[in-house]
Amino acid sequence: MAEFIDFLGDPWTLEFMRRGLIAAVAVSAIAAVIGSFVILKGMAFIGDALPHASFGGIAVAFVLGGNLYLGGAIAAVLTAILIGFISRRASIKYDTAIGILFVGAFAAGILIISRQTNYTPDLFSFVFGNVLGISWTDVWTTTIAAAVILLLVVLFYKEILFVAYDPSMAAASGLPVAAAQYGLLALIGVTTVIGLQTVGIVLVVALLITPAATAQLLTRRLPPMMAVGAVVGALSSFVGLYIAYYANVSPSAAIVLTATGFFFLAFLFAPRRGLLWQRRFVPAKPA
Amino acid sequence: MVKESTTLRRGAGEALALEARGLWAGYDGQPALEDVTFSIETGCLAGLVGPNGSGKSTLLRVILGLHRPWRGDTRVFGSSGRPDRRRLGYTPQSEQVDWSFPVTVLDVVLMGRYSRLGPLRRPTKVDREIARHALESVRLADLADRRIGELSGGQQRRALVARALAQEADLLLLDEPLSGLDATAQHDLIALFEGLRQEGKTLLVATHDLSCVAADFDHAILLNRNVVAFGRPSDVFTEELLNATFQRHLLLVRLQDRTYVGHG
Repeated sequence: MAEFIDFLGDPWTLEFMRRGLIAAVAVSAIAAVIGSFVILKGMAFIGDALPHASFGGIAVAFVLGGNLYLGGAIAAVLTAILIGFISRRASIKYDTAIGILFVGAFAAGILIISRQTNYTPDLFSFVFGNVLGISWTDVWTTTIAAAVILLLVVLFYKEILFVAYDPSMAAASGLPVAAAQYGLLALIGVTTVIGLQTVGIVLVVALLITPAATAQLLTRRLPPMMAVGAVVGALSSFVGLYIAYYANVSPSAAIVLTATGFFFLAFLFAPRRGLLWQRRFVPAKPA
Repeated sequence: MVKESTTLRRGAGEALALEARGLWAGYDGQPALEDVTFSIETGCLAGLVGPNGSGKSTLLRVILGLHRPWRGDTRVFGSSGRPDRRRLGYTPQSEQVDWSFPVTVLDVVLMGRYSRLGPLRRPTKVDREIARHALESVRLADLADRRIGELSGGQQRRALVARALAQEADLLLLDEPLSGLDATAQHDLIALFEGLRQEGKTLLVATHDLSCVAADFDHAILLNRNVVAFGRPSDVFTEELLNATFQRHLLLVRLQDRTYVGHG
């Protein structure tokens, strides 16, 4: 018993593990809340694009000696606005506009970094994530940003729901639909940027969509879906960090794979919507 | 005669629920509406009839203020410019609604209250009561807590109408509410429309189902980019006018006093 308690408690005696845990739990919980809208609106591609686009801003901020998060967030939000603008004004499809802009912004980041003569390991922690190397300042930045995003979702829940569910009716009711859509894109952008240090550009989309998709299989209404998604996301971070600690593997990969594992559990065993459940209760077809 | 007394009771200023005058609108330089002019009296059940691509949805979007016309204007209950959102209810085409979204029937009907709530305000007990009452009047009270996607096609249309009722709208614009429904569900929906008309609501129903309009509606607008005709269905549903409206889109058979329509 004592051994088991040691097993559970051991990782958290280390300060960098505690720092990583707080940041990862905060980020994965808020990402599932925002991610619920992302998957319901079929926006997974943009969830992948915005963190990539933020790399351009991170590179600019790095060269100018500014705050890397702020640079990334600005680039992500600008890209989101530009995507919306281009697909509204030109007869170019939305996902084409996403493809053009995010790769462009990512390439701009690589271009800027390639001109730097000194080695830039800091920036690679954004690409692959470095949750165990996160500073207390970054932990608090992440946590406060997550809390502010959550507050905005709670305050504007009615508007975001209506615009997401039925934009034409929402516009007919006098809601500022374009503002709400851009606002949601901005929230997705900021959410992915605060997730960069935890899991990195390549994997952050998983925090947005995997726990939310798991929750979708387990719930019937949007508010419980967001809550369950947040719990699944936080649990994935918690379990993922244990795996990283004891198996000595990449924490970002462990967190993401844990979330993937939870998804497949729900996919198989979810009441009523799980694969096994459906099989069991579908009446046999008459021959 | 019934219509006239309704008009008098509501006062001269509101005799007309809806007017469109010289309306031109379109997309990318292509006109979808050409010089559309008509009016609908208050308390009237009107059909907006025309083939696909005749501009029915565009016309509804212009009335709602969702699409800016090139020329001309619309008046809702006598006032031009931006319509009063509260008095103007709308149900979109079924294909435009995301039926897989995780919301309950009551959630959807409550959205009808949002235009009356300010930003940051949540629906109150009163709003919930009004939404439940709206569900009762479309006979969906028992299904309030079901997911919207679990309802049948006819129930889904009634839920959208309940949302417009929860809004306490006086003029309802309904985009193709009858399409894709079986005869029983269509009959239920039309009975609901007639009940709403008796309560003094005005309904403009876009449809290409002529038999329903001929049998039950007060008024028909035949639209094919421009208004081919408007008036009582019995007056405007002539072979000549219907052929001018639908052109090659349908097959028309006239037997004695009734016109039967098949989409060709």
